[in-house]
Amino acid sequence: MEFQDGVSPVTDSGDDILVPMDDVREHLVVVGNGMAGCRAVEELLARDAGRYRVTIFGAEPHVNYNRIMLSPVLAGEKTFDDIVINDRAWYADNDIELIVADPVTAIDRAAKSVTANSGRTVHYDKLLIATGSDPFIIPVPGKDLPGVISFRDMQDVDTMLAAAEAGKTAGGGSAVVIGGGLLGLEAAHGLTLRGMKVTVIHLMDTLMERQLDEAAGWLLKSALEARGQTILTGANTAEIFGQGKVEGVRLKDGREIPASLVVMAVGIRPSTALAREAGLAVNRGIQVDDHMVTSDVDVLAVGECVEHDGNVYGLVAPLWDMCRSLADGLTDRHTGYKGSVTSTKLKVAGLDVFSAGDFSGGEGCEDIVLRDASRGVYKRVVVKDDRVIGAVLYGDTADGGWYFDLLKKDEDVADIRDLLIFGQSFASGGGVMDPKAAVAALSDDAEICGCNGVSKGQVVACIEKGACSLDAVRAGCKASASCGSCTGLVENILALTLGDDVQSGPKTMCKCTSFGHDDVRREIVAQDMRSIPEVMQKLHWSTPDGCSSCRPALNYYLLCALPGVYVDDQQSRFVNERMHANIQKDGTYSVVPRMWGGLTNPRELRAIADVVEKYDAPMVKVTGGQRLDIFGIKKEDLPAVWADLNAAGMVSGHAYGKSLRTVKTCVGSEWCRFGTQDSTGLGVKTERMTWGSWMPHKFKIAVSGCPRNCAEATIKDFGIVCVDSGYELHVGGNGGIHVRVTDFLCKVSTEQEALDYCAAFTQLYREEARYLERTAPWIERVGVDYVKARIADDDAGREALRARFLYSQSFSQDDPWAQRAAGAETELHQHLQPISIAAE
Amino acid sequence: MTDWIDIGTLADIPQRGARTVHIGGEKEIAVFRTGDDHVFALINECPHKKGPLSQGIVHGHNVACPLHNWNIALKTGEAQGEDKGCTPTIAVKQEDGRILIARPVSMKDAA
Repeated sequence: MEFQDGVSPVTDSGDDILVPMDDVREHLVVVGNGMAGCRAVEELLARDAGRYRVTIFGAEPHVNYNRIMLSPVLAGEKTFDDIVINDRAWYADNDIELIVADPVTAIDRAAKSVTANSGRTVHYDKLLIATGSDPFIIPVPGKDLPGVISFRDMQDVDTMLAAAEAGKTAGGGSAVVIGGGLLGLEAAHGLTLRGMKVTVIHLMDTLMERQLDEAAGWLLKSALEARGQTILTGANTAEIFGQGKVEGVRLKDGREIPASLVVMAVGIRPSTALAREAGLAVNRGIQVDDHMVTSDVDVLAVGECVEHDGNVYGLVAPLWDMCRSLADGLTDRHTGYKGSVTSTKLKVAGLDVFSAGDFSGGEGCEDIVLRDASRGVYKRVVVKDDRVIGAVLYGDTADGGWYFDLLKKDEDVADIRDLLIFGQSFASGGGVMDPKAAVAALSDDAEICGCNGVSKGQVVACIEKGACSLDAVRAGCKASASCGSCTGLVENILALTLGDDVQSGPKTMCKCTSFGHDDVRREIVAQDMRSIPEVMQKLHWSTPDGCSSCRPALNYYLLCALPGVYVDDQQSRFVNERMHANIQKDGTYSVVPRMWGGLTNPRELRAIADVVEKYDAPMVKVTGGQRLDIFGIKKEDLPAVWADLNAAGMVSGHAYGKSLRTVKTCVGSEWCRFGTQDSTGLGVKTERMTWGSWMPHKFKIAVSGCPRNCAEATIKDFGIVCVDSGYELHVGGNGGIHVRVTDFLCKVSTEQEALDYCAAFTQLYREEARYLERTAPWIERVGVDYVKARIADDDAGREALRARFLYSQSFSQDDPWAQRAAGAETELHQHLQPISIAAE
Repeated sequence: MTDWIDIGTLADIPQRGARTVHIGGEKEIAVFRTGDDHVFALINECPHKKGPLSQGIVHGHNVACPLHNWNIALKTGEAQGEDKGCTPTIAVKQEDGRILIARPVSMKDAA
């Protein structure tokens, strides 16, 4: 039998294939010449080569090729010939009839025959459906435009290559890939290598969210961006536009991305139409039993088109399992398929990614996390009841197979629990070792700290010279002083060398990290880190996404270090900052509009009175900071309240934030017979300068017009007391649980100086205090002399601090109420949807 | 037999956040979405002083109550650490991108 790959089918008529009269073997007809169909035949041949006469139908004009390898073909690393699994000789040698480019269009179960597109009808004894899956096309306008394709077969690859070629002559083409899953990223990588400018649009917040956790997804995104791709996450496609052919993609938020090629790779769904029309039981996939038999005993199905025990698989490994069970069944062995645990191993642009099992955590699960920032490695193994149940690896996937094996075999890992994360060679090499013994076994010249090139011998020498804490080792020989990934090793060397004499290190930020607040702040600046996942990765956080202590602190440290460029995370802010109002004990909120320096006017008072009536607020109270606090507002009414207050010219008072709250004033020289300066005016100027600034903790300012100090400036974080000859500046006061009177900072002679010193002091506090540390404990910790040295004695330093504060303010002085009142995140104030079901 | 109510899509809830839902005049329910896209539903009250858990910081599969920072396990509703108490949970599942919660016959039976 002769046929040419890619040219023509075996026979060109619609006639039935003639069967030699003497061939009495049962006839197995396979619908689908892909990886599953052919693999099933291979397995069958391996068991009993002469048992069945085999005919295979393929829709594509090709022999059996490895679909997974389409990516390297696109990338130019392989040719089509390289990815052929079974060439023509294989079909001939095994006496298999192959009919290509002729998809089967109908199954007649009563007559036990299939009919193909050409009209050809073939009788079967056993039928195997291996139709695989179809790419899912999202139903947006423009999806049918020329230039919009999926990434599923050789024809798609050819279309992509043609687009890349056309782009070259046109001065660089651009492509949009919709879908940041495995397939989409492979398409994006190939197109990038082919010289196209590629943008990946992904609906979810992190790439490959089904295979990877957030940390690994973030690493992947960073690495792909570094390779020149644009990755838009949380991006929803509204429309594909173009006149006659695709010209670009428009997102729901209005952004437009020009493109001459759009690859849709949002997912696949089992190809079940043929089976459904034949009346077979179909749910999400064609339903099969443990022997891959469908609801018709003579019809089998295998691969991505089937549903077994409620599961549909889109990966290759389960397919091999299924094919084995199927072939066993066809040759009267009854092993039976029991479902597959899947793992994913991916290499895009040289990036290694692996995931397996259930890594979503949950009750009773322990996460073991290893982050090696300098090598760009992230590993997470999920253990439950001393068994590995899931793993995510990024950057170093060498042990993926080992973890997967432990998982599949359900092995007890209690004995190697402490070393599990270091991988197979460490955990199982030479029997079971504890981490200390592993370190003890290292030779003296083994490198401990890669960043600073410190050997084990040098660390030991440093400890023997008197360093008996981690910090002392860091100071003495630099080990663990940079990226910190060797901290555990150094601690073990300390323990080995000193026994019980190890001093515990400084208090860490929380249980998620071995770093203290100050270390984290220093590293954020030193490494120019811009988002919470980035910090967690680079500083080896031991939890997947932190806790309620470290997340708000990290968000603040990023905000302070890199205003304008850091990525704010609303979900890492406390409720008051997220809702821009104060939560009260009954779950309602109180709202405080800003009254500059404590001043107000009839229009504002009227607006407040109207809000109180309109929203039925049960109480209005003058606060200690001279503002009006409206109590008892419901979460869902907040946007409307803000809109009403905005309409009267009022903005948020930030009475809820770790931020500048109020500037309290007395009336000063304008009215008071003792007043020496315009304290109200200066208070307004101070508030105009400082409002909107986020702080480690709440921050209050006051300006008193004379030493009688009616504004109580000497128990504020920053206090100005006006005197005849100028302005006395006070810092570090607190009216809280431990009342603390301010320390005197210095005296200045002009209003402008008072403002400049205020800005500089505020910035010093913002940059150096730990999150949730108010100015009073901070000053007691660092000493007031230190603050004086930085603010009063160092003119250049003060000026630099002031400049940094004002720069930061250029990003933060916009009214959060106005944004929310205008509709930003309105849904967060509303119930999910009105559901009215009568209670029983 | 459980009566499932479709309350919306995963995208309706911010990651590491929550939205609330009212069903038939009963107590407010908080529906949480974690960082790894698991969904949990609890009565929107901390066992301590009834703080609205929906407004807390979600970390891992826990939420920290916005009023006094009690840590509540989303799956069981149990207070973590030294604190003792439990918030009733409501069965929830995801199906084809939709979130379904079990219709509580009465909140007494919600746990």
